[in-house]
Amino acid sequence: MFDETPQNTLPGAIKLPGAVYTISVEVNGKACTEEAPAQMTLLQFLRERLFLTGAKEGCGVGECGACTVLLNGRAVDACLVLAVEADQASVRTVEGEARDGELTLLQRAFIEHGAVQCGFCTSGMLLSAQSLLESNPHPNREEIVEAISGNLCRCTGYVQILEAIEAVGEGMEEGG
Amino acid sequence: MSADQDYKYIGKGISRLDGPEKVTGSAMFVHDMTLPGMLYGKMVKSPHACARIVSIDISEAEKSPGVRAVLVGRELPYKVGIYMIDKDILAKEVARYHGEPVVAIAAQSELAAEEACAKVKIVWEALPAVLDPREGLSPAAPLVHPELASYSYMKGVFQPQPGTNISHHQKIRKGDVEIALAKADVVWEAKFYNPPVQHVAMETHTCIAQALPGSQVQIWTSAQSPFTVRNLFSACFGIPHQNIRVHVPYVGGGFGGKAGIHLEPLAYLLSQKAGGRPVKLTMTREEEFGAMPSRQGLYSQFTTGATREGKIISLVAKYIWDAGAYADYGVNVGRAASYSGAGPYEIPNCHIDSLVVYTNKVFGTAYRGFGHLEALWGIERNMDIGARRLGLDPVEFRRRNVLRPGAKTITGETVTEHTGRVDLCLEKVAEEIGWNGIQTEEERAQAMAGGKVRGKGVALLHKAPAMPVFTSSAALLKFNENGSVDLLTSIIDYGQGTYTALAQAAAEELKMPIERIQVPWESDTAMTPYDWQTVASRGAFMGCKAVIAAARDALQQIKETASQVLRAPVEELVCRDEVVFVAHRPEECLSYREVVMGYSYPNGNSIGGPVIGRGHYIAQGLTHLDLETGQGLPALDWTYGAHGAEIEVDLDTGEITVLNLATALDVGQVLNAQSLRGQIIGGVVQGLGSALLEEFRFSPQGRLLNAGFVDYKIPTSKDLPRKMSQHIILTEQLDGPYGARGVAEHPMISVPGAIGNALYDALGIDFFELPLNAERVWLGIQRKRSETQDTLPGAIKLPRAIHLDKGGA
Repeated sequence: MFDETPQNTLPGAIKLPGAVYTISVEVNGKACTEEAPAQMTLLQFLRERLFLTGAKEGCGVGECGACTVLLNGRAVDACLVLAVEADQASVRTVEGEARDGELTLLQRAFIEHGAVQCGFCTSGMLLSAQSLLESNPHPNREEIVEAISGNLCRCTGYVQILEAIEAVGEGMEEGG
Repeated sequence: MSADQDYKYIGKGISRLDGPEKVTGSAMFVHDMTLPGMLYGKMVKSPHACARIVSIDISEAEKSPGVRAVLVGRELPYKVGIYMIDKDILAKEVARYHGEPVVAIAAQSELAAEEACAKVKIVWEALPAVLDPREGLSPAAPLVHPELASYSYMKGVFQPQPGTNISHHQKIRKGDVEIALAKADVVWEAKFYNPPVQHVAMETHTCIAQALPGSQVQIWTSAQSPFTVRNLFSACFGIPHQNIRVHVPYVGGGFGGKAGIHLEPLAYLLSQKAGGRPVKLTMTREEEFGAMPSRQGLYSQFTTGATREGKIISLVAKYIWDAGAYADYGVNVGRAASYSGAGPYEIPNCHIDSLVVYTNKVFGTAYRGFGHLEALWGIERNMDIGARRLGLDPVEFRRRNVLRPGAKTITGETVTEHTGRVDLCLEKVAEEIGWNGIQTEEERAQAMAGGKVRGKGVALLHKAPAMPVFTSSAALLKFNENGSVDLLTSIIDYGQGTYTALAQAAAEELKMPIERIQVPWESDTAMTPYDWQTVASRGAFMGCKAVIAAARDALQQIKETASQVLRAPVEELVCRDEVVFVAHRPEECLSYREVVMGYSYPNGNSIGGPVIGRGHYIAQGLTHLDLETGQGLPALDWTYGAHGAEIEVDLDTGEITVLNLATALDVGQVLNAQSLRGQIIGGVVQGLGSALLEEFRFSPQGRLLNAGFVDYKIPTSKDLPRKMSQHIILTEQLDGPYGARGVAEHPMISVPGAIGNALYDALGIDFFELPLNAERVWLGIQRKRSETQDTLPGAIKLPRAIHLDKGGA
């Protein structure tokens, strides 16, 4: 019933203006090589080329943090980074955090502390927090507030998110 | 007070069942979905608040690369709506708000669709617009809907007034306000204003629709109510219900904005025109603000009369709602807020007129609190103003007027000892903020010398679900081969924690571990049982009632099979720990697993069959409100609460810091302690957004000016109160599940009132308009300084033109 056989339903399937680049990027420890047009964002690249849909688009203009990923270890809004800028870089997304089905301390703390409601901001929130904890393993409340202040959440009122991150920083979750 | 000691699961802080999917990014939202052959839709939107479409030229757009369908309003002979069928799917002759969709295009990619949209040429003829609902009431005002008389609407509930801009006029009449006002020792008047605001769910509206052969339709949508989407879709297109299948997977927040029906009809029509390919329509954040519905603005005014002893004897209230271009839920917001429209007080003579007025702005819909945050902003500020007139402490004034057992509400309902205790909520928050009376002007003047001043305030709240009288819920408990259970519901858990609460109820009733209860995170009108809608703080209440009934039905089926095997009457069988046994001979037992798919005797004979527990609940005894008097029983349950706030104001910047925000709610019974805390904190912070930050700003021509996070701020982690506390009162709701009542919306309501009252305490300035942002507060401080003629340090003379408090109806 289709009026044509779709070759590829992704945005890159039709002729886009500008050049197409081959992007090689290490994502969650795995080497990936895909083509991307010049204007494609890292967020689109992850979601549409690699099918990693954990990072969300909440605004598309770097204001909400739902697309936060770690680019060479640093938390960035993937909607503000071009895919070409990530060439030869290392990217971590929420999908790569749990190893062998084992949730990270932070992921467990988010569940145990009630830091998740609708879940749409959760991926970005986790990576902003993870980035903080890796550079500052025992952050105080103020530092945590600062670290997630670029991640909007409309459900939780943030308190349980702060508590979850704080608990990991205090090592309360260790061995738990 | 805790009644949960007998429960294994109810009341416990069990973590969300969907936690693992959500922290690993594997939870699938419609936002994340693609289907084979899927096209992407985009819309051309009106650049005017009100304008006639002279011509539309789509010829270039149709030729644009990748385009598969172009739709204009004139080819769509449909209207859609929930209570009032007043909305075109795409504007036809006239566009009624800035941002209204006019042309829609489906193409191979979002970019291709966007490029084609840019090639659409529309000639407009701007028309005079109604931008203020008070002006919209004038006989001289242009009509937003000249065809109002021809629209279908829910009769017996709503009262549109053809020939005007009024889509609904709700009246409440109790006693005789004129006589009572004449008898009152003190009479005062006050006017207030709430601007329109947005829900700001983190997942914007998105859906995928596919028109299939034989009038079959598949829809995947980020929506609160799959059955309401289906029902309204069916009514819109005349397609039978069974042909329409609506799927709702994980939903990234709703807050009322995803109740009803929104993008689904347009996505379907694009799919149909594109030969049946699925079409995805996703709002950008800018479109979410400007094209999708918002919360209505409200102008409220009160004339209140009280005795010298501080008893209110008369209240005349008028609510004028800035409904925007379409009625959607707005008419019911105007109705619901009016039957709560005197606050949680006993008022013997009360007269309320609530007018829902069409304007040429983005239309309003349900938003957490459903009109109550707006109405109670005025009501609770009005209480403090009245206390001052009477020379009473605001807490004491409330004590003398709150609803207590035996009191009659303004719709004639009698409050009982089981209705809930707003008085206890008040006492709790007053204690928590260390309430010690309002400051004197001398105390304030002294504090102001320090550059920062502090103040305290309280505000009460109440709300009942606003829903039709026939609202029902159903649940199925479907046993699996290993004795575990799938709990099927069409309530949507878009973050509230309802599914976890339902699983707790199922585990409690079925006497089995909660780990063995699974709630599939996709509702599907073809597979999950009917539920009216997930709105109105009714999901956990009505859903748990249905689950409890389903569990009892399942246990009965288990016992009937076991009764034959164990050769004991059903009434002598007991279920516990996934085992059914004879009460006086526990060794005579069967595990659930042996029974739930049918029992097989050693010789092969088999009996029974797959166990599927079925349960339902329908609110009992509700009545329509009398159209002339508003008398009747609209409420499934009333949840009462209070907030107490202590704030600090920076006199140089006008910025408010919330030092302490205490919340008390009479929830009847805690279902899940962790979710409850999450709902309260989340709601309070969302309420702080309304109190301090959020408002739509329009140009004089009606253009929405702040459709994005750069100019429309919601609270971040940096905007939290220094201290927050949550307090629970447990007055059992007799017909509630385990005694519980709804609480999802309530935490947000009256946060602005508590802050506004604290602001008066701090500054001695009455603020009547929201939000209480730094600009408004600073201007208020300057005005007071200029009025007191340089008696205060740092007085600045303001030009007369700067006067933002335009409130009042």
